[in-house]
Amino acid sequence: MKSKAILVDITKCIGCKQCEAACKAQNKLPEVEETKLSATAYTVIDEHEERYVRRLCMHCKYPTCESVCPVGAFSKTEIGAVVYDSHKCIGCRYCMMACPFQVPTYEWMSLTPKVQKCKFCYEKILEGGTTACVEACPAEAAIFGDYNDLIKEAHRIISENPDKYVNHIYGENEVGGTSILYISDVPFEKLGFKTHLETQPLPELTWSALSKIPSIVMVGGTLLYGIWWITNRRKEVVEFERKLKENNEENN
Amino acid sequence: MDKSFLSRLTFWKSVAIILITLGLYSVFIRFTGGLGAATNLSDEFPWGLWLGFNILCGVGLSAGGFTLCGIVYIFNLKDFKPLVRPAILTAFLGYLLVITALMIELGRPDKIWHTLIMWNPRSVMFEVAWCVMLYTTVLALEFSPIVLERLGWKTPLKIIKSITIPLVIAGVLLSTLHQSSLGSLYLIVPNKLYGLWYSELLPVFFFISALTVGCGMVIIESYLSSRTFKRELEFPLLLRLGQVMVILIMVNVVVKFIDLMDRNSFDLLFLNRTETYLYWLEVFLGLIVPFIMMNFKKIRFNRAGLFYSALFVILGFILNRMNVSVTGMESGSGASYLPSWMEVFITMAIVSLGFVAFTLIGKYFPVFSEVHTPPNKNSQISKYIV
Repeated sequence: MKSKAILVDITKCIGCKQCEAACKAQNKLPEVEETKLSATAYTVIDEHEERYVRRLCMHCKYPTCESVCPVGAFSKTEIGAVVYDSHKCIGCRYCMMACPFQVPTYEWMSLTPKVQKCKFCYEKILEGGTTACVEACPAEAAIFGDYNDLIKEAHRIISENPDKYVNHIYGENEVGGTSILYISDVPFEKLGFKTHLETQPLPELTWSALSKIPSIVMVGGTLLYGIWWITNRRKEVVEFERKLKENNEENN
Repeated sequence: MDKSFLSRLTFWKSVAIILITLGLYSVFIRFTGGLGAATNLSDEFPWGLWLGFNILCGVGLSAGGFTLCGIVYIFNLKDFKPLVRPAILTAFLGYLLVITALMIELGRPDKIWHTLIMWNPRSVMFEVAWCVMLYTTVLALEFSPIVLERLGWKTPLKIIKSITIPLVIAGVLLSTLHQSSLGSLYLIVPNKLYGLWYSELLPVFFFISALTVGCGMVIIESYLSSRTFKRELEFPLLLRLGQVMVILIMVNVVVKFIDLMDRNSFDLLFLNRTETYLYWLEVFLGLIVPFIMMNFKKIRFNRAGLFYSALFVILGFILNRMNVSVTGMESGSGASYLPSWMEVFITMAIVSLGFVAFTLIGKYFPVFSEVHTPPNKNSQISKYIV
């Protein structure tokens, strides 16, 4: 199956919160209204500048959570969803600390806590469906489809309405690209988006340090052994000379 | 209660007992109500005091072990041998306490063994986990002669001694990786960690500061244990270690300068922000004050002077780690965090546990008694220093 995506058109969202409710129903979460992402709310609507902005896991192309997890509990699937295996998770919460979008949440009051976040309705999509939130949207503010098609569609919408839309698809290049894409008529920094993110995928930052480990071990090991070899030899020579001197003095 | 017991109950013992009791109570709450019941951690701020102090500082303050092992066995500076065992003991206890703290801080400590079989070599945390496991094993082996001597087991002692050099090399390598990788953990958050601390050189800074504080810890721990156990202080050795500490401080300052220059970030040093003051406080406490102190002969050649210089290094180090892990992360995460009293009690209990264990082991095992530097040799060393 091709890589999927969701394109959110902020100009169309009416803030009805049908997506929140559908998400809760799909994931069997308690039906209370929440204002921020939590272990029981995988998507929420934020209001900024009289616009409604839906937040959810961005499903990065190069997921930070996947790269930082020590036990590999996260994986980027073929269809684009970043999924989490709670059986592996040891609860170090590095994924939460590292996520550039501050998406993963934790079951803080549980004795067997799990990380929670949007699942991209992974199983529903595998069966040929769309995500529950897109399905529920009455305003067509979110559309689901193949990633490549939606990128083209977003560019088409912006180029056909250059006066209306900001010339930027949020998620096209941020941290290497995400499977959730946004277009808007209000600059993204005014809508609570993290606009200072670079285009470089974050996992590259830690990899640049991690990839040096083999050389550090090999060069360091050789160096330490070499230093020991020299200092030890020096010590042996000193001792040998001392003994030689003692013997000479005895002979004399 | 027994009267003789009460009379033996000194001030510090009672403090330790109170702190450990409060800590145990907090541990009980953590394991019956979850992390949320005991801590002020949140989705926006998932790592707090426990990670910053118990893990980052705990590992850093244990750096004396590999520093001293390297000095004595790799560089063959055998004069320093009397300091090795206390340093290894400090490091070993430090790592055991870090593991204890980790079992409280992890959400699912029962699954910690997953790191053994579920690998993700792209994760810094994976490297950290393996370094903790392997280096604790190395430390246990390096510590074992102390126990074996006490028990009088000759054969295992011989075997351990015959592999000393490979063991020390492994220990130095693992520590180098481990100390630096704690800094690498933060390479992934360029948008959250404040610019004064975020740098590509984080692993380098963590390594240099760990070496510095390693020397400082050996000085402090020798000074305190000489008082506790009423034994002579290896002053000339500690002085030389203090000089190494000063050199490392200078290296740290130079690398910090180059780093700020490379990143064009000098303006950050003068912004009117909380982070600026905390950064300057950290630099002042940990680098400037001890550097100035150690440049005065009067202070340097004075036991208390040396002790306080090392203490400042440690304070600056702790502030640095707390800045990287907590205060430097707050504005970028858009969250404020103050530890709950239960988080504080558990941290204090863990520190107390360290002091208690060190005192008990120092009392009952041959940690200090192995080598006694003859006084004439001491004077030779001090001549060499001057």
